[in-house]
Amino acid sequence: MVTAIFAILFYAATAILLVGLGMRIALYARTPAPLSIPTTPAPTSRGGVAFRVATEVVLFNSLFRSNKWIWLLGWVFHAALLLVLLRHLRYFLEPVPQWVVLIQPFGLYAAFAMVAALAGLWFRRVAVDRVRYVSAPSDHLMLALLIAIGASGLAIKYLAPTDIAAVKAFFLGLMRFDWQPLPADPMLLIHLLLVVALMVIFPFSKLLHVAGVFFSPTRNQVDNPRERRRLAPWAAELERNNR
Amino acid sequence: MSKKEYEIPSVPACPEELYTPEVQPGASESVRSYPAAAQHQEPLGFPGEIPDDWQDRALTRMEELLTRSRSLRVYLESCVRCGACTDKCHYYLGTGDPKNMPVARQDLMRDIYRRHFTPAGRNFPSLVRGRELTREVMDEWFTYFHQCSQCRRCSVYCPYGIDTAEISMAAREILDAAGFGQKYVNEILCKVHKIGNNLGLPGPALEDTLEGLEEDLKDDTGQDIKIPLDAQGADILLVTPSADFFAEPHVDGLMGYAKVFHQAGLSWTLSSYASEAGNFGMFIGNYEQMKKVAERIRKAAIDLGVKRIVVGECGHAWRVAYSFWNTLAGIGHGADEKDEYARALQAQLDPNYPVPQHICELTYDLMQQGVLKFDPTANDHIGLTFHDSCNVARASRMGDMPGGQMEIPRALLRASVRNFHDMADTTIGDATFCCGGGGGLLTDELLDIRIKGALPRVTALRDVMEDKGITHMAAICAICKAQFTKVLPYYDLPMDTVVSLHQMVGNALRLDKGEI
Repeated sequence: MVTAIFAILFYAATAILLVGLGMRIALYARTPAPLSIPTTPAPTSRGGVAFRVATEVVLFNSLFRSNKWIWLLGWVFHAALLLVLLRHLRYFLEPVPQWVVLIQPFGLYAAFAMVAALAGLWFRRVAVDRVRYVSAPSDHLMLALLIAIGASGLAIKYLAPTDIAAVKAFFLGLMRFDWQPLPADPMLLIHLLLVVALMVIFPFSKLLHVAGVFFSPTRNQVDNPRERRRLAPWAAELERNNR
Repeated sequence: MSKKEYEIPSVPACPEELYTPEVQPGASESVRSYPAAAQHQEPLGFPGEIPDDWQDRALTRMEELLTRSRSLRVYLESCVRCGACTDKCHYYLGTGDPKNMPVARQDLMRDIYRRHFTPAGRNFPSLVRGRELTREVMDEWFTYFHQCSQCRRCSVYCPYGIDTAEISMAAREILDAAGFGQKYVNEILCKVHKIGNNLGLPGPALEDTLEGLEEDLKDDTGQDIKIPLDAQGADILLVTPSADFFAEPHVDGLMGYAKVFHQAGLSWTLSSYASEAGNFGMFIGNYEQMKKVAERIRKAAIDLGVKRIVVGECGHAWRVAYSFWNTLAGIGHGADEKDEYARALQAQLDPNYPVPQHICELTYDLMQQGVLKFDPTANDHIGLTFHDSCNVARASRMGDMPGGQMEIPRALLRASVRNFHDMADTTIGDATFCCGGGGGLLTDELLDIRIKGALPRVTALRDVMEDKGITHMAAICAICKAQFTKVLPYYDLPMDTVVSLHQMVGNALRLDKGEI
């Protein structure tokens, strides 16, 4: 029964995440950027722009210029999350690739760093009057959700161990459409349920910044408006109708 | 004008001590623009009065803009409220009103977007703070989207590059469509369409003014320096903000351009039809208006048969010219083979020069080629600093290299003035602070916020005045010049502290023909 519920939940959540995010990305890609609006100084070539966006995605360099505390907490959280996610690949891959084996201990440290960084971000959100002012209930809930996911994961590791071989069999089974029993340990179920919630919320929430950062015209446009005429389809139509 | 008392913020000793104020809700809620009357709405195609179905019109326009503009959609959906921008806006630093924090200003629209356009906001409005578009919201938009100078400083610091200017332009576009226009900008747009410039200076008056300036130049230099108007077949069309024709210190800049053209022996002209570089269509985010205003330049260029188009000292005008003219009116290079509209003008333009070209680029190139010689001792009575205009620094370029918009003006000033010092690093270049009067806020009823918004710049300026013997600050923007002239006296600084860049160039430029 538990197995069936979680199997269906994960199928549904995955579908919502992929379709939802895919639709957002398609919408962003389809919507024209009618004017040249890079924040300058901006690169004058495509390669330069790719580098600019890459540094934003990997290093958060605008945020670094902006506020060292948010940068530190935000960057540590994202880097740690990445390591933790990579560590979790071992539940989905058989055989487990060597590099995934190698990062296992780092992924574990990362889990602590992730929860600590999230706690720091939450502290800022409450303690700094400006950030408190702009925060909506959903901003607090998002942090609570992420911390709960990290904490329940750590609890499975250190306080309430589960049969992880069975967990892996369950996920491999999901991917092969050959369901295997999921251990009914409460901490594991809580952890998985929260992850499902995060996946479902993703395409409807501020987590869309993951896609947005690649589509931000102030960052991804080449500075060449004098050399190239940019014309959105609707603007071209306007021009035709005017003459 | 009435002698109203304004509360003047105290100026810290140096920019490092410009502390971020505590949140003071409502601190600037009473500072409001005048609404536009029917006579300034209808000619632009906006409702003359607030119609009964204003909400439908606003939401329809918003939906339209969301499909037209990727930036709007992406920026409304990507903010995580990290708080990085909260201490970056000069209006927040000057007032402490939390709705002047960039993220909170954006949220004025984002909350509505969520409520009306997203499943999360439709179903769980209190959780994600979705808000119905009510009259109160419109009033709040009208107030706070006219306390944004669209300077883009926040977008530099946002991890996703979210640009509040994009949101505030869209908001004003929606306000206009629903009948909530702003008088200052819309009145000026009407003047451009009717008369050809923002100041409503008709052709004959312009001709008189220019003749007067030629006489002044003759008195100053002893030489016949011309300011040609409507000279058919001239090589260069100069398009400059109309404030350059008589406002101080703008007009000294215009005389500086004239000296440069004269000394370099260039054939140039102004146009009475396109006697305005400014394009207030940008301030209300309206593409159609922006295009209509830009097409005046196109028409003048075609009619006069010029080969080059040069733009005078004006920040937002240079943004529109550099970044948008090619798109809006085909003023630029690189049009498609089949793009007849753009080809029509391009065929006549000299491919060896960038189009449009900034007057600073033109002067700089001539200086590099040795055509112009400078005697900086002519400015020895002056200690100078330079105010980077927001639209030039963060929304355009000069020269071939990124950042030329910072370096080229400074190279000209260093050649013209021996005592030149920059203000604090955190207040110049792409981190520059807006003068406090840009984006359609240069109007008397907003003086309170204009004074407070100038605080970060005044702090940095006073710092170099005290430490480095600086006496003057050069600007390359008509709005910056007008704003500082008006606002600096409230901080006990003389109004003539602000000068035009080409005024300094003009002072130092050697006009002795024999030597060259």
